[in-house]
Amino acid sequence: MKVRIKFAKYGVMKFIGHLDTMRFFQKAIRRAGVDVKYSEGFSPHQIMSFAAPLGVGMESYGEYMDIEVLSMPSVEQMKHDLNQVMVEGVEILSVTPLPDQAKNAMASVAAASYRIQMKEGVFPVDDLNGKIQAFYGQETIPYTKETKRSVVELDLKQGIYEIHADTDETIQMLVNASSSGSIKPSMVLEKFCQFAGVDILPSAYQVTRLETYTDLAGEGVEHQFVPLAEAV
Amino acid sequence: MRKLALNDEILMQVEKPARYIGNEVNSVVKDKADIQVRFAMCFPDVYEIGMSHLGIQILYSMLNEWDDVWCERVYSPWVDLDAIMRKKSIPLFGLESQEPIRDMDFLGITIQYEMCYTNILQILELSQIPLLSAERGEDMPIVIGGGPCTYNPEPIADFFDLFYIGEGETQYRPLIDWYLENKRHGGTRQDFLHGAAKIPGIYVPRFYEELYREDGTILGRKKLFEDIPDVILKEIVTDVTDTHYPLKPVVPFIKVTQDRVVLEIQRGCIRGCRFCQAGQIYRPVRERNVEQLKRYAVEMLRNTGHEEVSLSSLSSSDYSRLDELLDFLIADCGQKHTNISLPSLRIDAFSLDVMSKVQDVKKSSLTFAPEAGSQRLRDVINKGLTEEDILKGAALAFAGGWTRVKLYFMLGLPTETEEDILGIGDLSNKIAAAFYETVPKDSRVNGRVQIVTSTSFFIPKPFTPFQWAPMCTAEEFLDKAHLTRQGIMSQLNQKSIKYNWHEADVSVLEGVLARGDRRVAGVIRKAYEKGCMFDAWSEYFHNELWIESFSDCNLDVGFYTTRARADDEIFPWDFLDCGVTKEFLLREWKKAQAQTVSPNCRAQCQGCGANRFGVGVCYDKRFFDTEGTAQ
Repeated sequence: MKVRIKFAKYGVMKFIGHLDTMRFFQKAIRRAGVDVKYSEGFSPHQIMSFAAPLGVGMESYGEYMDIEVLSMPSVEQMKHDLNQVMVEGVEILSVTPLPDQAKNAMASVAAASYRIQMKEGVFPVDDLNGKIQAFYGQETIPYTKETKRSVVELDLKQGIYEIHADTDETIQMLVNASSSGSIKPSMVLEKFCQFAGVDILPSAYQVTRLETYTDLAGEGVEHQFVPLAEAV
Repeated sequence: MRKLALNDEILMQVEKPARYIGNEVNSVVKDKADIQVRFAMCFPDVYEIGMSHLGIQILYSMLNEWDDVWCERVYSPWVDLDAIMRKKSIPLFGLESQEPIRDMDFLGITIQYEMCYTNILQILELSQIPLLSAERGEDMPIVIGGGPCTYNPEPIADFFDLFYIGEGETQYRPLIDWYLENKRHGGTRQDFLHGAAKIPGIYVPRFYEELYREDGTILGRKKLFEDIPDVILKEIVTDVTDTHYPLKPVVPFIKVTQDRVVLEIQRGCIRGCRFCQAGQIYRPVRERNVEQLKRYAVEMLRNTGHEEVSLSSLSSSDYSRLDELLDFLIADCGQKHTNISLPSLRIDAFSLDVMSKVQDVKKSSLTFAPEAGSQRLRDVINKGLTEEDILKGAALAFAGGWTRVKLYFMLGLPTETEEDILGIGDLSNKIAAAFYETVPKDSRVNGRVQIVTSTSFFIPKPFTPFQWAPMCTAEEFLDKAHLTRQGIMSQLNQKSIKYNWHEADVSVLEGVLARGDRRVAGVIRKAYEKGCMFDAWSEYFHNELWIESFSDCNLDVGFYTTRARADDEIFPWDFLDCGVTKEFLLREWKKAQAQTVSPNCRAQCQGCGANRFGVGVCYDKRFFDTEGTAQ
């Protein structure tokens, strides 16, 4: 039986990397006495799949992982049992049983929404939302992504589905988070800063993932983004 | 949510920020309003090493069980953060409260190996606590040292307010009670230390003066108060079953060296290998009740979520209920997808059977520690393992499918000859030959056997029969390593044998720190000031800075290492009593030179002196028949 677990990760826990978060959950599942299924073989491991790795330093209120269980109490009970063994800064938000044929969390991811918030004060940009809309209104937003092995030219415009600023201290965006063409909010902010002619240090703002979405687009609909927990 | 001591900018800049944030499962956060004593427990090395240490988990859990005490943890900031903290004058902090160490009542430092001595100074300096005990004011924490290196505390005596000699479970409550009482009466730091010096196991170095002869050896000691002891007897837990155990150990977020539940099955060792300090200072052997260990295993696995459990002791094969404990763990853990990591067991039919149940035979390796290449030298060091034991065990293992063997030896042991050194290659070769004889050609999975032979350099340690022994120079050590390599290269099966040897310079320095006196403190401080830190990490070990520091302090390395000691020399650590008498150690030193072995504690008592504690194997009638021989 597959189960999708939605959780939040914030506060000091933003410094725990993806692999260590996985290890944390493996141990937490054992502490909570969840009847998790293990793989076969000489060194069996829990069957567990994370939706989208969260970078160190980022907070999230929309993280997902799928696990397979052999049996389970009620959804509420499992949520409660897991929350009993969490630490400050990790919280189980929901537990949802999945149909057997459901795609795993990682394969389902299409987009994610983010909030970028200045830790102190406001963005040093007049008419923040106006500037953002002008930035987004550009035909293309070229970005050169350098990795250890390669240099790739991207067009961020293709991957930004929504972007706006409600206040002077936060920018919100919905961007591509799929395995093909995912975009980091920091890339968008970097290009926006260039566009607005300002310099903002990465330590000056906090990036928070708000939700992770799958895309239920059908014929004639380009995108229909639905939170992973609701797309089952 | 707690405010971190380090801001986001710093934490995003350093490697593994999780080392510094605390918040781990089972870490203890208390309300400051409810407590009277704040204790920082430190392991002066990087988090991953320090978090793997059982002793700290025991003391952390014990101290936090007391309502009036809050114990936090602190480890050495890694070099990246160290530089930032110095530059920005950020005081070192406890992981739990994230508040400065210098505001706490006690800083307890466990000292597990000599090569962490400069890191002790790092901890003090980053905490903004004066390095010298004598320079600390009334408001500074009391700095306590504990652990095996305190069996010769003299080289670091200047840096500590007091040392706790022996097992930590017994005297912390009296010490803390005295601290509170002294505070209530408005007593000074000096008053506290004076009173503490009268608590069993507590050594306050500043109340004693070391006196030297003209030749540099020790003449004696002078104490500053009449009412403090001349000799300090180590503390010991008399009943290891009815004592504190950390059933909810802290579970780190990042992978650490010991990432598993650790069950300490016994303390001490019956074997009496003459080079081994642990085998003497933890005497007598005391076993933990097996039923309790089974309960602990289940409970600790549930409390931590760890996927692995490991047994801890100096010689697990000597634990009398090992079969029963392992049977239980295999049955219980098997259901719960829990691995069992086996400690080094004596290789025989029983241990091979157990290992085949819990490990992937093809991937795991066998470990033998003959320590010396010839039977003659093994008799000198009183290592009971014979060539026949090893070859028999290896043949059994090869028949069972194992193809990898690790062998551990020491170079530079007392009385060692070229022949003994060449014996290392011979023995490695014989084990390889045993493989080819045992396993028919068509069943050799990987084609050939893999033997990894490693040598370390022998370092004489206090409270061992070899405390009188001269140590080799770095050049001699390297010559011996080269001879070992030649010996291996000349073997028929040399292609199946890989040889590793330890660094020589660092071993020499460890030798100085192990048997040093108070004058060595100046060298440690100099080396630290020149930038030495993390000396146990080869990439950060700077031998040239240490050499300079010795010369700055006008001290001769050879005085501490290569010099032969007279039988009646007074050692810097002679004022400590670890239970084992100096007469016994001297007897063993003579027997070593005569190549005479001593039976183990269960076979025949050697009168070491540890029976004065009135517990353990010394009184364990179960093992003896009426003639006094082992059953």
